[in-house]
Amino acid sequence: MTTFLSLTFAGLALGAVYFLAASGLSLIYGLMDILNFAHGMFMTLGAYAGWDLATHLPATTPSVLTFAVEVVAAIAGGALVALLTEVVFIRPLYGKPLSQVLVTIGLDLAVVALLLGGFGANSLSLPVPLWFLEATHAGSVLLPNADFIALAAGVVVLVVLEWFLRRTRFGIVIRAGVENREMVSALGVDVGRAFTLVFVIGGAMAGLAGLLYTAVFTGDLLSPLQGDGLLIFAFIVVVIGGLGSIRGSAVAAVVVGLLQDYANYYGGQHAGFSEIGNLSTVLLLALVLEVRPRGLFGRAT
Amino acid sequence: MRVPRLGLAVGVALVVLAALVPYLGLHIPAVLPGTQDVLNSAGNLSILAVSFVFGAVALGYDVLFGYTGLLSLGVVLHFATGVYVFDIALTDWHWSLAAALAITAAVGLGLALVVGAISLRVTGIAFTMVTLAFAQAFYFLIQDNPHGLTGGQDGLALSTTRLPSVLSGAVSNTRSLYWLALAFLVVAGAAVWIFIESSVGHVLVAVRDNEARVEVLGLRPFGFKLAAYTLSSLVATGAGVVYLLLIGTAVPDAVATTTLTLAIVVMVMLGGAASRGGAVTGGILYWYLESLLVKVSGQPSFAGLPAVVRVPLSQPQFLLGAIFILFVFFVPGGLAGTVARLRARRAGGSPGPGHPVTAHSVLARLVPSRSDKEAS
Repeated sequence: MTTFLSLTFAGLALGAVYFLAASGLSLIYGLMDILNFAHGMFMTLGAYAGWDLATHLPATTPSVLTFAVEVVAAIAGGALVALLTEVVFIRPLYGKPLSQVLVTIGLDLAVVALLLGGFGANSLSLPVPLWFLEATHAGSVLLPNADFIALAAGVVVLVVLEWFLRRTRFGIVIRAGVENREMVSALGVDVGRAFTLVFVIGGAMAGLAGLLYTAVFTGDLLSPLQGDGLLIFAFIVVVIGGLGSIRGSAVAAVVVGLLQDYANYYGGQHAGFSEIGNLSTVLLLALVLEVRPRGLFGRAT
Repeated sequence: MRVPRLGLAVGVALVVLAALVPYLGLHIPAVLPGTQDVLNSAGNLSILAVSFVFGAVALGYDVLFGYTGLLSLGVVLHFATGVYVFDIALTDWHWSLAAALAITAAVGLGLALVVGAISLRVTGIAFTMVTLAFAQAFYFLIQDNPHGLTGGQDGLALSTTRLPSVLSGAVSNTRSLYWLALAFLVVAGAAVWIFIESSVGHVLVAVRDNEARVEVLGLRPFGFKLAAYTLSSLVATGAGVVYLLLIGTAVPDAVATTTLTLAIVVMVMLGGAASRGGAVTGGILYWYLESLLVKVSGQPSFAGLPAVVRVPLSQPQFLLGAIFILFVFFVPGGLAGTVARLRARRAGGSPGPGHPVTAHSVLARLVPSRSDKEAS
């Protein structure tokens, strides 16, 4: 039972990172019809931005402050890269959604390859506070501290995002655009600005996701390929949750994170099943599509 | 059936020329991808043979991408199925060649039907994501080395004991393997051509251009799309078998990655989607250029270049990505589209109905526009 509770906790933390990645993808798709492959690059660059800034801090900086700087750098880095991507590469191709998809694929390939050429495959280590590596006792259950951080970030972002989309002017424009883009432009709202805005928001969340993934799940090792690895699961979450739905992404992220964690632990002990956790997410996707082709929260049109 | 005489004649001439290459001991400096500058050296023939394999894969992929308007990112699932099932049957189970071919065909067909039927339940971008997820799952599976069958990350070298000696990967057999690859390309090309020219092929183009209208005519697009998916996948599976015979080993990172999928998409974009000869030209050209680049980046003079030039050039994926972007922005119709445009300009008119569709026009249809979504 204690194992089960620990697993559940770790699965929720993984789900939180998936949510950070998937909600941005889902918003971008909902508003712009773009499947954004560059999201993997946003995640990777966010983590590298955090690492880069941390290495420039004086050695005496308290580790908590270092981590705070990393978080800010990852969010800002992800947002900035997303802004540039949207303005330079996506905007000239408005009205050609699949050309936009192909451009994001090309960007992701090129940037990841440059990082591989520049930094190598697995050579950099992200500084994190020692507290992250310890665990908290909750009764007889051991809860890794790093998981708290991921979980907290996921919950905070979900709350802020819901508030932003429901209570602010920009948020309402984005939601309306996801519902019916033509109508929103017909009413005289500049949808182009909303496009840029969802990219920036998505990029910021992706940057945070990339950094947290490194700090919580990879033993602090940075890899240029980590964003693309996460992206596959973010896609799975988005499709299961229903394209364009933030709540769908949140629910699906938790389900996928838990399933992957349970399957990895209970199935992965058997020889030749070490990838069962990854496989199970794809099987879940196939199952959900059989029952609900539009995903759990996708609107039937 | 309309037979384009000139195109057919050019095709036959090129195949005859390709078949004669093993006899052509021409000395061509610098531009050959192999280590020797002689055209029919084993290295050059082997690279050419692999380029034919990818030419065939691109041709099959174009049935789905160009003609049917479906962006699948799962093509390597079927390619790697050909590689691995054939390898496992011969190497792990010591089956005969005929039995190994039979099980590869059976598994290849079954997998194409099942994965196709599940993926085609969704359309547009969701289809793309689902095919990608399946391909990734297969990659995880072979990495996992279930029951010690696939060799995991290290791969599984092909055991040639049950193969006729003429097909074993020895250097002296490079010629016969080269001809095998060429023959496969011709057979795959004929199959794709007959399919595209058949009534099924015409329905597919109609599905791509206006799916709702096809439904109004009383046809169910699902069956036609599944047929396209299956043909495309079977060509990839067959190509996997020929690839394994040529290369002699199955490694997950070489045959089952998303990068290879994207390379295949680039091949089709390079040549021009939905144009006769476009995809196959793109596939052959892509493999040739990549091999040449690998050779150039391995030369000592290359190490002397400044890092700004050397690092990007030594990363094939960087160039792959850059080509993606450049083609989307500047050469949307690929080579075939450019040729057609030049020809039309010389003729002084607008391109006729036979004009190959540009990537943009194909791609614009892959995702239903907002108004289509509301209507459906």
